[in-house]
Amino acid sequence: MSARPPGGGTPGKPQPAPESAARRAWLGVAAAGLAGVVLAPGIRLIEVAQAQSTGGSPGGGADPKVRWGLLIDTTRCASGCTECVDACNRENGLGTPSRSTDARWIRKVEIKEIRTGRTASLPVMCQHCASPPCVDVCPTGASFKRADGIVLVDRHTCIGCRYCMMACPYKARSFVHEPLTGQLPDVPRGKGCVESCTLCVHRIDRGEKTTACAQACTQAGHGAIVFGDLNDPASEISRRIREIQTTQLRADLRLDPGVRYHGI
Amino acid sequence: MRGRLVLVIAVVLGATAAVAATAGRTPAPVIERATKGERCVEDTATMRRNHMRMLEHQRDDTVHGGIRGAKHSLKGCIDCHASATTGSVAAAPGDFCVSCHAYAAVKIDCFDCHATKPAAGAVGVRR
Repeated sequence: MSARPPGGGTPGKPQPAPESAARRAWLGVAAAGLAGVVLAPGIRLIEVAQAQSTGGSPGGGADPKVRWGLLIDTTRCASGCTECVDACNRENGLGTPSRSTDARWIRKVEIKEIRTGRTASLPVMCQHCASPPCVDVCPTGASFKRADGIVLVDRHTCIGCRYCMMACPYKARSFVHEPLTGQLPDVPRGKGCVESCTLCVHRIDRGEKTTACAQACTQAGHGAIVFGDLNDPASEISRRIREIQTTQLRADLRLDPGVRYHGI
Repeated sequence: MRGRLVLVIAVVLGATAAVAATAGRTPAPVIERATKGERCVEDTATMRRNHMRMLEHQRDDTVHGGIRGAKHSLKGCIDCHASATTGSVAAAPGDFCVSCHAYAAVKIDCFDCHATKPAAGAVGVRR
């Protein structure tokens, strides 16, 4: 009787010990999980803070409250003018395309209504859709939409399958077929990847308020391209699209493009 | 006469051995000092061991999150470490990135896409 080991318990109460052990084990697991949850966002917040303190620019990254977009006023766009295309090529180091397979981030398109003969000229670039089909089809996650609505290709993960080029109804993307040299520091690009208009993301991240195409168009005196935040009711682009009739290309596809056209 | 020949052979052999000892079987990397900036973003041992992890981590923040100007950027490396002669980190065999990577037999494809030269007017290290 007296040799019974401690903790063996009387027949009346054998339960408390296993129950508390189980609870302790559960708490341990919960604490470990909680520590992981807290640690990971903590690290990221520090990085964000460092990024803000080191960069001269805003540096805080893509702002989810913003939706960047373009307004293209085709009534001001001059037929034959390629200021925006040339500025884009210069800004992004694309060079002057010489072959049909060379990358083009903006195409000038001339349209004509056959019955009336009315013509219009307009630049077509990546439309930065809210529901981009290129992102839906990308098998590696390289095609993605940033928090501020800019649709980009992460060339580190792009395998060059060109499925996104097939999916894009705007023919906005190009594939780089040949090895490249002389890339610009702000715009890395190379063979084997798909690429398209980035809305001059390197400028936006620096805090600049215009794209190369919009700037060139304004400087050329046309003012046919307005860049801005579609979510900010006080921005020029929001004011203009409130005042004038605009349309999205292939609005029937309901992709909600961030580029709007007036006069087509 | 014979003694002199032995002496000449000995000297030649000695000289060859000395050259072999200093040069080693493989050419050691030539590490060119950074042209700008006072010190690197991390100490040398950390950079040598971990630069690839820092770059890979930050590139995702930059590409997907739009966070630019953080400390471990490839542009930052290039701004400081571009060679004084070629102006690049990867144009000649002795340039900063290439010399070590050739020695370690690690083929990098960073510069298939990224510029190897700093932008005109780059300011070098940020802090």
